[in-house]
Amino acid sequence: MNWKTFVALLRRDAHVARRNARALLLQTLFQPMMFVLVFGRVMTTSGFMPPQYKMLLLPGIIAISMVFSGIWSVAMPLIAEFQFTKEIEDRLLAPVDIEWVAVEKVVAGMVQALIAGLIVVPLASLIMGSGAGAVMAHPFQLITLAMIVSFLAAAIGLTIGCSVGQTQVGLMFSLVVTPMIMFGCAYYPWSALNKFPILQKAVLINPLVYASEGFRSTLAPDFPHLPRLLSVGALIAFDVFFLVVGLRQFRKKAIT
Amino acid sequence: MGLAVRADRLRKIFSTPPPAAARAGPAQLGKGAAKQKFEVAALDDLSLEVEPGEIFGLLGPNGAGKSTTVGVLTTRVRATSGEGWIGRHNVERDRVAVKRLIGVVPQRPNLDFGLTAREILTFHGAYFGLSAAQRNTLAAQLLDRFKLSERADQLIFGFSGGMMQRLSIARAMMHDPEVLFLDEPSAGLDPQTRLLLWEIVREYNSRGRTIVLTTHNMEEADDLCRRVAIVVHGKVIALGTPEALKQSVPGGYLIRLQFDQTPSALAPVLKELAGVTEVQMRDSSLDVYADRGGPLIPSIVAAAVERQIHVNDVHISAPSLENLFLHHTGRSLRE
Repeated sequence: MNWKTFVALLRRDAHVARRNARALLLQTLFQPMMFVLVFGRVMTTSGFMPPQYKMLLLPGIIAISMVFSGIWSVAMPLIAEFQFTKEIEDRLLAPVDIEWVAVEKVVAGMVQALIAGLIVVPLASLIMGSGAGAVMAHPFQLITLAMIVSFLAAAIGLTIGCSVGQTQVGLMFSLVVTPMIMFGCAYYPWSALNKFPILQKAVLINPLVYASEGFRSTLAPDFPHLPRLLSVGALIAFDVFFLVVGLRQFRKKAIT
Repeated sequence: MGLAVRADRLRKIFSTPPPAAARAGPAQLGKGAAKQKFEVAALDDLSLEVEPGEIFGLLGPNGAGKSTTVGVLTTRVRATSGEGWIGRHNVERDRVAVKRLIGVVPQRPNLDFGLTAREILTFHGAYFGLSAAQRNTLAAQLLDRFKLSERADQLIFGFSGGMMQRLSIARAMMHDPEVLFLDEPSAGLDPQTRLLLWEIVREYNSRGRTIVLTTHNMEEADDLCRRVAIVVHGKVIALGTPEALKQSVPGGYLIRLQFDQTPSALAPVLKELAGVTEVQMRDSSLDVYADRGGPLIPSIVAAAVERQIHVNDVHISAPSLENLFLHHTGRSLRE
């Protein structure tokens, strides 16, 4: 393993991300923040939603923001770089095994997901007028969970980035992203689906469910949530699964 | 001095359509289409040996397998069978060592659109472990050498094709590789830039570096390469110095004549001249294939004057790789 090269690859991604930081943040955080404003502030203040909803919503918003910023920051550049421009070739020719180029992408994606999480907590609390305090309750648990979730996001990004063509990005939005968000238990707890047993089982294939429920069990344990160990276990299993699949897809794309 | 490059009985069968076709989208993934077997043999038992420190050319038409050969030798394409070697390193089993030794200029610039021209060079240097001081100095030198200094700190979106090509070559030279691969380096370059490129390639080669380039430009192969392999349908059909290859063609000279009228009466006469192998007439012009060029002109002109036909234009082409290619394949390289 050649660390110098690996670090240089990371520095390259950091450099490019810094250059595009504003657009990247808007792209991934704008939508959840609108949601926070409407449901966390407008609906609760006007009395349509109970004020406690804010605390139920916060973990879900953190999960969505982290998962999607991680996915986007890895998948979108990969889709572009593997297709027409072939930009990635220069990095594939760098003196490391190509798998490390993929791993570097995952690490870079993790960092971006973590940054998204760091921005979202104070921002959401500010918009809703409360919430930040809960973050301090179990810092160690929260950091571990954030690491596992950001890894998941980046690994999904790797898989999508190496499996989806440029022309299918729009399709992916409506067929993958929208259901993932809607059935990700971000805006409601998993137990809210009790009356819909089939749907309740079906959403369990959605990794976002475990991220939302995981954060909920840490930040708002008073609300119903999946057992923490189950969420963490499922997240780790998804981490491994998407990393393995992503690496395989990456290898296929990189060497024809 | 330099490293040898060897391709040993390379075969490459592409069993999935190239990305361009796969991108056609979900409509193609219907029942029938998915089952249809796609197979294209890009390389068919291709062997060649590039000597250390030489400029070696792969010459052939589009789709002949030149780029696939370069792809295999530069670790980006996995051969279906056969082996490639850079020095004593196998391109399949020893990828990282191979990547350290080679520089690659792809057919289509694959520059990093997130970076400025200078950063493209410095980050490339960083991937290869150069120190910050080294890579800054080197980048500045190369930008200057390739006449890119003025726009060094701009993103490359607005760059012309020629500028991108120059930058690709500069990037490939950043880590001072032992073997430099250039895939169609002068495609799309204006003549001036092409000359600059040739000069730079020769200079790099004079430092003992091996250079492998692909081209479908006869002139380029002839001028630049010490040895040339002619590749058609994934096979090497001829290999040698340009001179030796050209001499292997019977006849060889082509004299193109332009007249003020249809030279029907002239054609049969010219065919009888000593050394002429073939005469082809098209409207008011004649193509004379012969084993000599200039020495034939006086007798051609005399024969024309005798029949009161005016010669408007004469063009003599010496034995060329183009003629060789015609000889071997029965078609022009440009077809």
